[in-house]
Amino acid sequence: MVIFLAKRVGYMLLTMLVVSILLFLLLEVNGESVAVKVLGPYTSIEQRNIWLENNGYFRPLYVRYFDWLFGIATGDFGQSIRFKAPVSDILWDRLGNTAILGAATYAIMVPVSLTLGVLAGMKEGSALDRTISLTSIGTTSVPEFASAVLLAFIFVFTLGWLPGTSAMSGGFDPVQLILPVLVLFLYGFGYLVRMTRASMAEVMQTPYIRTAILKGLPYRQVILRHALRNALIAPFTVIMLQINWLLSGVIVVEFFFAYKGFGALLLEASLNQDIYMIQACAMVAVFVAVTTQTIADIGYTYLNPRIRLGG
Amino acid sequence: MTDNAIRSARPSKIMQYLRRAALIRESWVGSIGLGIIVFWVAMALLAPLLAPFPPNAQYVPFMAPGFNLPPTGTFWLGTDHLGRDILSRLMWGARTVLFYAPLATFCAYAVGILMGLAAGYKRGWIDDVLSRSADVILSFPILVLYVVIITTFGASGINIVLAVTFASAPGIMRIVRGLVLDLRNRDYVAAAQTRGESSLYIMFVEILPNARGPLIVDACLRVGYVIITIGVLGFLGLGLPPPDPDWGGMVNETRGMAMSFPHMTIFPCIAISSLVLGFNLLADGLREVSLRD
Amino acid sequence: MTVPILEIKDLCLSYFTRAGEIPAVVDFNLTLNEGETAGLVGESGCGKSTVALAIMNYLGDNGGIVGGSIKFKGRDIVTMSKEELRRLRGADIAMVYQEPMAALNPSMTIGRQLAEVPICHEGVDMATALKRAEELLDAVRLPDAKRILAAYPHQISGGQQQRVVIAMALLSKPSLLLLDEPTTALDVTVEAGIVELIADLGHDFGTSNLYISHNLGLIRETCDRVFVMYSGEVVEEGSIDEVFQSTRHPYTTGLFSAIPMPGSDKYDRPLVPIRGQLPLPHLRPKGCNFGPRCDHFEAGRCDNRRIPLDRLSEAPRPHAVRCIRWDEIDWEAYRPDVTMVEQMEPGERVLRVEEMQKYYEITDRSFAAMLRGKNIRFVKANESLSFDARRQQTVAIVGESGCGKSTFAKVLMGLETATEGRIRFNGDDIADLPVEQRSPEQIGSLQMVFQNPNETLNPSHTVGSQIARVIKKFGIETDARKIEQRVFKLLDTVKLPRDFANRRPRQLSGGQKQRVGIARAFAGNPAMVIADEPVSALDVSVQAAVTQLLMEIQRDHGTTLLFISHDLSVVRYLADRIVVMYLGQIMEQGTTDEVFSPPYHPYTEALLSAVPIADTSFEKRRIVLEGDLPSAMNTPPGCPFASRCQRHLGDICDTTPPPIVEPEPGHRIACHIPLAELQAVPPVFSQKDDGDGGDTPVVAA
Repeated sequence: MVIFLAKRVGYMLLTMLVVSILLFLLLEVNGESVAVKVLGPYTSIEQRNIWLENNGYFRPLYVRYFDWLFGIATGDFGQSIRFKAPVSDILWDRLGNTAILGAATYAIMVPVSLTLGVLAGMKEGSALDRTISLTSIGTTSVPEFASAVLLAFIFVFTLGWLPGTSAMSGGFDPVQLILPVLVLFLYGFGYLVRMTRASMAEVMQTPYIRTAILKGLPYRQVILRHALRNALIAPFTVIMLQINWLLSGVIVVEFFFAYKGFGALLLEASLNQDIYMIQACAMVAVFVAVTTQTIADIGYTYLNPRIRLGG
Repeated sequence: MTDNAIRSARPSKIMQYLRRAALIRESWVGSIGLGIIVFWVAMALLAPLLAPFPPNAQYVPFMAPGFNLPPTGTFWLGTDHLGRDILSRLMWGARTVLFYAPLATFCAYAVGILMGLAAGYKRGWIDDVLSRSADVILSFPILVLYVVIITTFGASGINIVLAVTFASAPGIMRIVRGLVLDLRNRDYVAAAQTRGESSLYIMFVEILPNARGPLIVDACLRVGYVIITIGVLGFLGLGLPPPDPDWGGMVNETRGMAMSFPHMTIFPCIAISSLVLGFNLLADGLREVSLRD
Repeated sequence: MTVPILEIKDLCLSYFTRAGEIPAVVDFNLTLNEGETAGLVGESGCGKSTVALAIMNYLGDNGGIVGGSIKFKGRDIVTMSKEELRRLRGADIAMVYQEPMAALNPSMTIGRQLAEVPICHEGVDMATALKRAEELLDAVRLPDAKRILAAYPHQISGGQQQRVVIAMALLSKPSLLLLDEPTTALDVTVEAGIVELIADLGHDFGTSNLYISHNLGLIRETCDRVFVMYSGEVVEEGSIDEVFQSTRHPYTTGLFSAIPMPGSDKYDRPLVPIRGQLPLPHLRPKGCNFGPRCDHFEAGRCDNRRIPLDRLSEAPRPHAVRCIRWDEIDWEAYRPDVTMVEQMEPGERVLRVEEMQKYYEITDRSFAAMLRGKNIRFVKANESLSFDARRQQTVAIVGESGCGKSTFAKVLMGLETATEGRIRFNGDDIADLPVEQRSPEQIGSLQMVFQNPNETLNPSHTVGSQIARVIKKFGIETDARKIEQRVFKLLDTVKLPRDFANRRPRQLSGGQKQRVGIARAFAGNPAMVIADEPVSALDVSVQAAVTQLLMEIQRDHGTTLLFISHDLSVVRYLADRIVVMYLGQIMEQGTTDEVFSPPYHPYTEALLSAVPIADTSFEKRRIVLEGDLPSAMNTPPGCPFASRCQRHLGDICDTTPPPIVEPEPGHRIACHIPLAELQAVPPVFSQKDDGDGGDTPVVAA
């Protein structure tokens, strides 16, 4: 087990390292274009060269890479061009806001999807199953920006119940969270429902469920003790991997509702060619994704006695 | 039966595939999905004939649906902030999305299948290298990856196709690899090996055809997903450059005015959602039908 | 008269599909008294498992009881409420399943799964329940019950899992036990232990049993009465002796003629397949379901109306038959139409295996292995194999799972290469030659028939194109027209209609697929064909047909056949020479007669004894081996069989590899026991002598 953990963590660090190299090559290999992005397009070659010299861009590539990597490892992401401030000052605040949004979404999405998925999978092909499955297909088909438009049209424009932006300019306001969370929930829950349903339906078909029923156990116990434990292993992994999806989703939602979060920051950085900010955001996003994936792997192993205890 | 009769009784390949495809009628969900897709494909193909106005021509801005401007004609879905006919732009926009989404999916599949076959059948270091690379790419939140790629290389149709290929191929590879790992242990594969067939023959003739069922279902879902992706990129302002119509872009351009003129944003939203719904329903129907036999 | 434990009257079961109602079981009657064991025997699709599930009233969403009654101790199960049923299930009626691994919950300890039963039905607390569970594990002869209670199902072996399932079924002292093919998934020597346990259940635990199996031999060894089912109906019922000795239904006689019996082989009693195939439930013929396949069929009578079950006598438990002609047929005189074959002389040597070894390297990633610094271990899949095969000869390799027989086939075919030793095939050493480096002639002259009919053909291509590919690949014909002609000829050879060339594998039955597999193997005129359990996945009547076909083609082509199997009765019937393997090593080899009569290797002896026999005129000595097959990962330094050997001598067996003794030239036994002692061992099978009780040893022909 210790070896396994060490291996997973080592593997995670390796992935991060490869990602950092990729990002570095993608965005910084050409010092000239970095200078253009930082100083703007209307600068002279001399100005750019001075800037490149001052910022060490004439050093060999690998030296620059390790310098950059060391900076990131110590929390120094460089200076944001767009915000004229250290990247880290802005980044952590925004990340905190997104964490609130994500946590709220998960708090609704996980229990609802698991319940619906289990209900649908318990009796495959029943009316309830068809209803739940079709609903989840329907909501998954509506892109986040479309559901944001439609929901805003209904709740903000027509009914006037909710605010149309979530900028939180007057301090934290939970009411402003409702629409963004609802949009993320609608788009994301269908996938989780379908995975849970498939897993549950598969478990219900297994001979050991038949054994449990023919043992004379009450149906409730068959479901709670025998089916759920096995059926929820797969969705657990999906829930963890959905965090990766959530990081994509927040870009659209935060942009639409002007929520000051991590996704909006990344988009703003991209649109303004704020190169250090893009790097920092991408690294943080990958870090979160890889960490959750590692937790998912470890959890999967832990939940599955067949893997945990070896053959 | 004589040998010649046997020969002539052989049904043509095309007929067989058509008969297979007709099975989708047995699933009403799948039929509805197929209907929606056929509708949009027809719209896209016939846009030059059916569209009442040129997509970029400007008339009276901000007009509500049903607005009639004699003698030019009726704007059934109204006009946008530049006075362009929304219906015509939706029809022309269908062309864009139905060209790029299947193309990008196809490219992603071509790469993903190659990688998956090689990794699953050859195993060893090829599998290690491919799987690890896939892990790295898949560890990016997908939209973050798109944003980074598009900002680096610029927004254009070809870059969107490349970005989708780059980002989706690893996922497809994982699916193909999983299927191959199962199929490669079948006796008919062993039979091919023991008669000295080449790896290429075994991968493409013995293994791949038997993986097509799950792959077709997945491809349907993925086309839907790529449509969303193209829409989202358009919405974020990273999509195809204006003025040519693109559903996501239409939402992006007009969303600021959505409170006053909702029709400008809502119709493109409905268009994209319905098309994605079509693909998702078709995938569900295909899965249902394929499980039956 | 006491109420019977189970009384089923006029039971009709149907499945409801999109195509409409499909009758699965029709007009089923069965009475089971206390302490009795009844057997339900039949081929796949005959409805026997459906009956068992109906007794539990558990037919799933699309199945239902459409008529009749199932009375358990006088109470009708069909009309019971859900709650009544639940109290009955697991408490009064319990079931043992075919796949023990799948029947146990993988993420729950065995202790908890067992304890649930008394907790649920008797309301006892956890501690009492666990204590009861432990007692029962002892009762089903599982050593170390405490450890097993704490284990998860995947941590114990298949034989142990099945004992756990049996213990689970017995925990609430049920009066009726349903056993659905409880040994089918197990190895023969492990099966023998379970069969012994089941045979004693009635008197150890006082249960009445319903034993469901496709194997007549197992039914004979475990049951008092037998019900033979065909296509949803009971066609014959009676006591074991009645049904096995004075068989009166053409289907039952057909089944007996289709299975190899001890004391006979391919020369003196060829297998007789039942022609045709089982009708699909919605395509059953009018009148007698077996009519189209029956040699005694009489048009106008047999296909006229439904055939009732007719009693042969008026005894309370009669011998009954569903045939209107049972008293017209001269059963003694009837001989099915078969061609006898001449014995063939083996020709020149085709294959010589010399000291062949195949080791797999396994990297042990466990923490303990790292500490020891020894993280590479070897799995000795094949250890110094040596034997010969000649032209026209059938050589069988026999052994249970993990004995290395499939690994050997892989090395022979070039899918793996040998670690040590030589394999001379037609003079060339092919031990180190992977298939890519073999010449087309070498590949074409060494082909294989595979085990699983559903996997042997590629579902995406037509039958014809798959055979044609082989012909093209080996360069036998190049012209498209000629290739097609050759495909047709091969289909003729395997007795399939020519229009099968256009069919896809899913349109074929299991037996037909195996025939195509044989056609494909023989397409390149091979000198030697390896058949890896080619019939073990098929039904009995089809098995006979495929076996006969394989033999026939082999004779016509003068091919050497290397027949890999776990089934000694088929091997005895088919083979000229036998190689017995255990954990990668050859324990004994010799001609069929030599291997099947003393002196035996103790493993051969146990293996022979483990084979269930359906012939009531034979008796066998019971030898039940302790424990389960060890893993090939840690083979002991001495004799691999030492840990389970019933004739274990002492330390020498565990520490020193056994010497090879040769009682006759070519008959080799690897054992420490002195030859004289082995020769003194009585034969496993003996002919029952009616009357004086003396046993006449059977020396095979």
